[in-house]
Amino acid sequence: MKALVGLLCGMLFGVGLAMSGMTDTAKVLGFLDVTGQWIPDLAFVMGGAVLVTLIAFRFVLRMQKPLLNRRFSLPGTSVITGRLVGGAAIFGIGWGVYGYCPGPAISALTYLDDKTFMFVAAMLVGMALSNKLAPG
Amino acid sequence: MFAYTTPLVGGLLIGVSAVALLLFLGRIAGIAGILWGAVSAQPDNAWRWTFILGLLAGPLAYHFVAAVPNPPPSPLPWWQAVAGGLLVGIGVRLGSGCTSGHGVCGIGRLSPRSLVATLTFMATGIATVYLIRHVLVEFLP
Repeated sequence: MKALVGLLCGMLFGVGLAMSGMTDTAKVLGFLDVTGQWIPDLAFVMGGAVLVTLIAFRFVLRMQKPLLNRRFSLPGTSVITGRLVGGAAIFGIGWGVYGYCPGPAISALTYLDDKTFMFVAAMLVGMALSNKLAPG
Repeated sequence: MFAYTTPLVGGLLIGVSAVALLLFLGRIAGIAGILWGAVSAQPDNAWRWTFILGLLAGPLAYHFVAAVPNPPPSPLPWWQAVAGGLLVGIGVRLGSGCTSGHGVCGIGRLSPRSLVATLTFMATGIATVYLIRHVLVEFLP
């Protein structure tokens, strides 16, 4: 049952990514290129997604527990650390270098471009590397 | 049709997916976290792998059913894909999340950490594209 929920949520998420243009690196880089030929489309993606989560999360998180699990698994810390800011900064640089963040990179594997496979492989290496060198 | 309809509808679907995952499983739809959990063999892992399967199946179905052509492949060189992927991988682990985990879900639950992370990666993403497209380009042959 949980696996089915995972599958359906993943599909919905993937359709959203493909439909919105997040799997098109030219659009993503155009969105980040605010001083050039700016492509504002993708502001509506995060805008639309956050609109839904901002409203619906309040109701969901008022529940005692989720429908199919014993408890909500939420990040426990609320401290803003150098690690958080530094990591986010590095992530943003990588995003700007090629135009994929993790979700769209995975979804774009279905377009079968060999460079997308290299991106995802390098991303997994980067994750393992950071986990090894700076666990926490 | 209004030019921003598909980005907006796509964004709404992403939001609905995140809400459903929280409602049913109590989990945050952060793709970097889900991927890392899947490959590092966390307990109760089936949903992570099926989620990733869905991330692949969703776009396949969308492009086929809606008859929308796949986006053109990136013209950037392969080493830029490797460099970008490496930095994204390192950054999301250190920073505890990506565009979906911090940007969509974290801001959705009004987390100050996620707001700071999102503003930070937006800023460095914009700065990186500026540097590559408008500064470094002057020095390239």
